[in-house]
Amino acid sequence: MTAEREMAIASSADVVAVRQAVRSVAVETGLSLVDQTKIVTAASELARNALVYAGGGDVRILVVENGPRRGLKLVFSDEGPGIPDIEQALVDGWTTGTGMGLGLSGSRRLVDEFDLISAPGKGTTVTVTKWAR
Amino acid sequence: MQRVPILKLGDVLIVSIQIDLEDQGVLALQEDLADAVVDSGARGVIIDITAVEIVDSFIGRMLATIAAMCDMLDAQTVVVGMRPAVAITLVELGLSLGGVRTALNLEKGVALLDHIKGATP
Repeated sequence: MTAEREMAIASSADVVAVRQAVRSVAVETGLSLVDQTKIVTAASELARNALVYAGGGDVRILVVENGPRRGLKLVFSDEGPGIPDIEQALVDGWTTGTGMGLGLSGSRRLVDEFDLISAPGKGTTVTVTKWAR
Repeated sequence: MQRVPILKLGDVLIVSIQIDLEDQGVLALQEDLADAVVDSGARGVIIDITAVEIVDSFIGRMLATIAAMCDMLDAQTVVVGMRPAVAITLVELGLSLGGVRTALNLEKGVALLDHIKGATP
């Protein structure tokens, strides 16, 4: 890991700031334009999820390396109510809020690696990685 | 809060999103457009997203909501200028934007509106 940045997500202005920070690190990491767009879109969904469902949280933005490959890893954590049924939460269209239910399931499709850890009362951590091709 | 200007050209309203909008700004645009359609009696609305780097599910829903809302107010909506990377990402995200008409650029959007209005006077 060569760089790390941590940002709080406490307002919708922070969601915009996360998008912009992820975009600039994605460019530095050497992701293609399409891959930049995918990871920024996933970051926007996950940051909004933290804000809407947990009242806020934070994100760590990391540049990771695997041999010659570089990638961008984002770790979204919150201390919200957690997700009781993770399988259900990953189904397209499933929502407990007012959204379209594409935030988690859609983000998973936009990244190369997706990891979700959550339990009721224990908050939620979503880790996503996008590798440069 | 940032607000997006709404321009009027004949009976068409043109909105060009040039900034990274916060969610509140997105909702304000929806309301401002509904008011503007009614106040101006516009028959068409063009939303230019040439400068928009990402369309997530929130902005996607806004585009679909505006199209449905304008339809109820007797105006047709065309979204123009979507970047290729945005289109690819939207499809993978699972957002088809059904019911939202699109055109490649402003010129083609205007031509499409003329065609629609000509077909349904």
